[in-house]
Amino acid sequence: MTVKILTVDDSRTMRDMLRMALLDAGFNVVQAEDGLHGLDVLRNEQPQVVITDINMPRMDGFGFIEAVRQDAQYRAIPILVLTTESDDDKKLRARRAGATGWIVKPFDPAKLIAAIRRVAA
Amino acid sequence: MIEKSATDLTREAEFVAFRAGGLEFCINIMSVREIRGWTPATVIPRAPSYIRGVINLRGVVLPIVDLGVRLGLPGTEPTARHVIIVAQVGERAAGLLVDSVSDILSVEDTSIQPTPDVASNLARTFVRGVIAMDGRMMSVITMDNVLPAGMELEAA
Amino acid sequence: MDPMAEIRLTFFQECEEQLAALENGLLSMQEGESDSETVNAVFRAVHSIKGGAGAFRLGALVSFAHVFETALDKVRSGSLVPDADAMKLFLRAADALSDLVSASRDGALGDTAPYISIEEEFNALIGGGTAEEDDLSGLDFQPVVTAFEEPPPPARNAYTIRLRPLRELFAKANEPLALFRELTRLGTFSAHCDIKNLPFLDTFEPEDSYLSWELHLESESPQSAVKEVFDFVEGDCDLAIDLRQPVTETAPLPQEMDITAILRKVREEAPAIAATAAAAAPPQPEAEAAPRNKAAVQPTIRVDLDRVDRLINLVGELVINQAMLTQRVLHSSHVRDREVTSSLEELERLTREIQESVMAIRAQPVRPLFQRMSRIVREVADATAKDVRLRTEGEATEVDKTVVELLADPLTHMIRNAVDHGLESPEQRIAAGKPPEGTVKLAAAHRSGRVIIEVSDDGQGINRPKVLQKAIANGLVPPDAQLSDSEVDNLLFLPGFSTASAVSNISGRGVGMDVVKRSIQALGGRISISSAPGQGSTFTLSLPLTLAVLDGIVVTVDEQVFVIPLTAIVETVKHEPSRIHHMGDHSFVLRVRDVLVPLIDVGAELGVRAPASDLRSGVAILIETANGTRSALLVDNIQDQRQVVIKSLETNYMRVDGIAAATILGDGRVAMILDVDALVGLRHHDWAPAEIPLAKAS
Repeated sequence: MTVKILTVDDSRTMRDMLRMALLDAGFNVVQAEDGLHGLDVLRNEQPQVVITDINMPRMDGFGFIEAVRQDAQYRAIPILVLTTESDDDKKLRARRAGATGWIVKPFDPAKLIAAIRRVAA
Repeated sequence: MIEKSATDLTREAEFVAFRAGGLEFCINIMSVREIRGWTPATVIPRAPSYIRGVINLRGVVLPIVDLGVRLGLPGTEPTARHVIIVAQVGERAAGLLVDSVSDILSVEDTSIQPTPDVASNLARTFVRGVIAMDGRMMSVITMDNVLPAGMELEAA
Repeated sequence: MDPMAEIRLTFFQECEEQLAALENGLLSMQEGESDSETVNAVFRAVHSIKGGAGAFRLGALVSFAHVFETALDKVRSGSLVPDADAMKLFLRAADALSDLVSASRDGALGDTAPYISIEEEFNALIGGGTAEEDDLSGLDFQPVVTAFEEPPPPARNAYTIRLRPLRELFAKANEPLALFRELTRLGTFSAHCDIKNLPFLDTFEPEDSYLSWELHLESESPQSAVKEVFDFVEGDCDLAIDLRQPVTETAPLPQEMDITAILRKVREEAPAIAATAAAAAPPQPEAEAAPRNKAAVQPTIRVDLDRVDRLINLVGELVINQAMLTQRVLHSSHVRDREVTSSLEELERLTREIQESVMAIRAQPVRPLFQRMSRIVREVADATAKDVRLRTEGEATEVDKTVVELLADPLTHMIRNAVDHGLESPEQRIAAGKPPEGTVKLAAAHRSGRVIIEVSDDGQGINRPKVLQKAIANGLVPPDAQLSDSEVDNLLFLPGFSTASAVSNISGRGVGMDVVKRSIQALGGRISISSAPGQGSTFTLSLPLTLAVLDGIVVTVDEQVFVIPLTAIVETVKHEPSRIHHMGDHSFVLRVRDVLVPLIDVGAELGVRAPASDLRSGVAILIETANGTRSALLVDNIQDQRQVVIKSLETNYMRVDGIAAATILGDGRVAMILDVDALVGLRHHDWAPAEIPLAKAS
C-alpha cells in the first residue's frame, strides 16, 4: 500500500515543492495550510506520516504537534518538522512537543525521503 | 515571426495563391488562419479607404482590408463571390478581401526572387518577393505593413 | 511547463501576497495595534519569503530577508518595542524587500546599496550583528560514540550497535523497526533482541520501553552514515556504535546495561505511568471540539485566468445568440405566441443571470490597488518633505480584474498630484490653521450599478486664477472667456495643460490629467472634479461594474447602426425644426426647455454623410458628458433599448475617436458603440461654452 503523507505548511510554494518531491518518490500526498486545518485533514485522510512547518497562522507547528500527541487515535503517528538550520531553539521545542524528527529548509529531496524512511515503520 | 522559417535555405514553405485587383499574389500559409466567404462589413468611421470595415468572426471583431486598394489598385465592390483570407498579423488578426483563392503551392525558399525594381514603393512595403511558377508571377505578400501604421501604439 | 518553473511562478505570486500582508500588518502596527497575531503575521510574511527564496537559491533575497526577519523576531518576542522611527524603518524595509523580490524574479539585481544601508540600520536597531546562520550546534545529547575522524574505511566495516530505547523514543513515534530497515540499506544487518526486561503482563506498561538490541552491521559506509540513521532518536535512547569485529558468540547481556537499576526504575515509575496511561486512554471530547470552532474559512479554488476569460467570452456569445434567437423568432411570426414570448423572456433572464455570475468571477476587491497607493504616498511624501497620511475606505469593493489593473496608472498619477501639488508643506498647513499632517483619502463604493472611486485631499484646492491664466496662455480658452468655477476646474483635463511651474520629478513627466481622463474613459468610466480653495480637491471616478456588457440605445444613421450607452443619456427630445438654431458654419444648437445645447450631427461627425446645412429630420438625444456638460446627438431613428455585449475594436484594429467599442447585434452584424464624450470633444475644436442659459423670456 502506498504510504500517504500529510504536509502542513502555510506557504503555497513550500507545499508545492514538498508535493513534487514526495510524488516523485512514489508517496501519496495530502496537504493542509495550518495546524487547525492539519488536524482536520489528519482525521479525514489518516496518513502514515506527517510533515509540518512551525510558523503558521491559526495554529502553529508546536500547537499542532501537541494536539496530535494528545489525541488517542493519532498520537503514535510520526511527525517531521520543517526547520531552518539556525532554529535550534525551535527544534528543541518541537522535539519536546513530540516531534519525531526534522527536515532542514531549504530541503534536499534525497534527505527528505531518507528522513521519511527513518520514521515510517 | 513564423515567416522566418521560410528564409531557411533548405526549407520548403506552403503558400496560398490568390487574386486581388486583377493580379496574382500569395501568402505564407503559416500566416493564414482561415478562408471564408464575404459577409457585409460594418463601416468604421474615418477609416482609411482600404479598410472596408469590420465583420463578426465568431464573436471577434475583424477588420477587413481591401488588398487591391491597399496596393494602389482600383477597389472592388465586394459581392458574395469574393473571399476573405483571415490572416495573422502579430498578435492581431485581419481579413484580406480578395477576388478569389486559387491553390496552395509548395515552394522552396530559393524559388522566391527579390521584388523587381520596377515595383512601386507602395508595393515594396507589402511585397517581400515574387515567385515564378508555371508561367505565373505571384507577389509574396507579407502582412507586416498591411494594417494602418500607428496601430502598434494602440496596443492595449 | 517544467514543474520547478511552475513552482517558481507560484513562489513569486505568493511573495506578492506576503508583501501585501506585511505592509498591512506594519501599517496596523504603526497605528498602534500591537497584538501578537498582527506581529506574528508580519514575521511570518518575511519568514515565508525567506524560506522560499532559500529553496530557489536567491542569495541576496535570503540574506536581506534574514536580517529583516531577525529584527521582527525580536519584536515578536518582546525584546524590541519599535518606536515611530523604527516603524518607519520597517516600512522602508518592506518597500525594499518588495523591490528585491521583483529584482530577484527578473534576475536584475542592480544596486545593492539601499539594501545594505537598511541592513545596517537594522543592526544598529537591534544592537550588534544579527544572528549568523548557525551550523547545527549539536544541541541534542550525543551519547558515547567515537569522537575522532574515522580512518579511511577498510573495504567493509563491522559495526556493533547497542540500542536501548527510552519511553520518550516511542512517545515521539519513532520506531526501531524503521531504523533497522534503514540499516539494512547500508549493508548486511542482523539484530538480536534482549527481552530480559520484559515483565509479565500483569505489570506490563504498554508505554514503557523494555526491549534492547544488539545490532550487527557489515557495511562499507563510514560511521557517520551509521550514526546518521539514529539522528532523530539521540537523547531518547542509550546508543553505542562501535566499530569492531562482529561478535560471533551471542553474549547474554551487553555489559553496559545495569538490569537491576533498570528494573528498579521501572517499578518506581509504574504507578505514575499507569495513571497517565489511564488518563490518556479515553478520547478527549475537548480536543475533538476545539478544532470544530475554527473560524469559517471560505473554500476557494485557483483558476487560470484564461479559463475564466474563455468562459466569459462563451457567455458573451450566448447572450448574443439569445438575442439573435429572440429577434428571429419575434420577426418570423406575425402572431406573437404568448408562450413562446414568455419562454424567450425567461431565456433572456437566465442568460443575463449566468452572465452576471460569470462576470462576478473576475471581480476582485480594490484592496491590493489601494495598498500600492499606500507606498506611492510614502515615497512622494518623503521626496517632497511633506507629512502625509493615506486613508482608505471601501477596500473590499469589488471591481473587474481588468479595471483594477488599468486603474493603477491613473490612480498613481492622481495620488502623486495630490501629494505633490494638492497638499501644502507642514509649515504652510500650520500657518493655515490645519494639522501639519495632510490626508489623502481613497474611497471605493458601489452606487447605482457602477463603481465610484474618490481621490481626495485636504490640501489647498485648485488655484483657479492660475489655472485660467495658464489655459489662456496655452490658447485653450479665449482671453475673455467667462467660466464657472466648475468649468475652470475641468480645464485641467484638456490636453496640453500643466500647472507645474517647474517640472517636478514626481508628477511632471509630461503626463497630464488629460491622459488620466482618457485612461478612465477607455475603461468606460467618467471622471469629474470638485474643489474648494484652501480645503482640498476631490476627483470622482465612475466606472462600470463589468467591462463586458453595456445597456444602450440602438440608433440608426443612414442605415448604419450605432449604440449609445444608456448611462450617458439624459432624455430623448422630440425633434422640431423650430428648436434648432443655426450658429453659422455647421454649428447648430438645440433648445431644450430654457437651455441651448450644442447639437451634434452624428452622421456628419462620423463621416457617414456630408455635413448638412440644415437639420430637418431625425431624433435628438440629450446626453451628459463626464464633466457634466450637456449636448444633443442627432440621429435618424431610435430602434430600441438593449443590453449589448461589448466587443473590442482595438484587439484587431485600433482606437477610433468617437467610438468606444463594438458590439454584435442580433442579426450577427457588428455595430459601433459611440464614445459620447469624445464625440462632443471632437465637435469643439475651438472652445465653445457647453451650455448657454437663455435669458428668461420677458
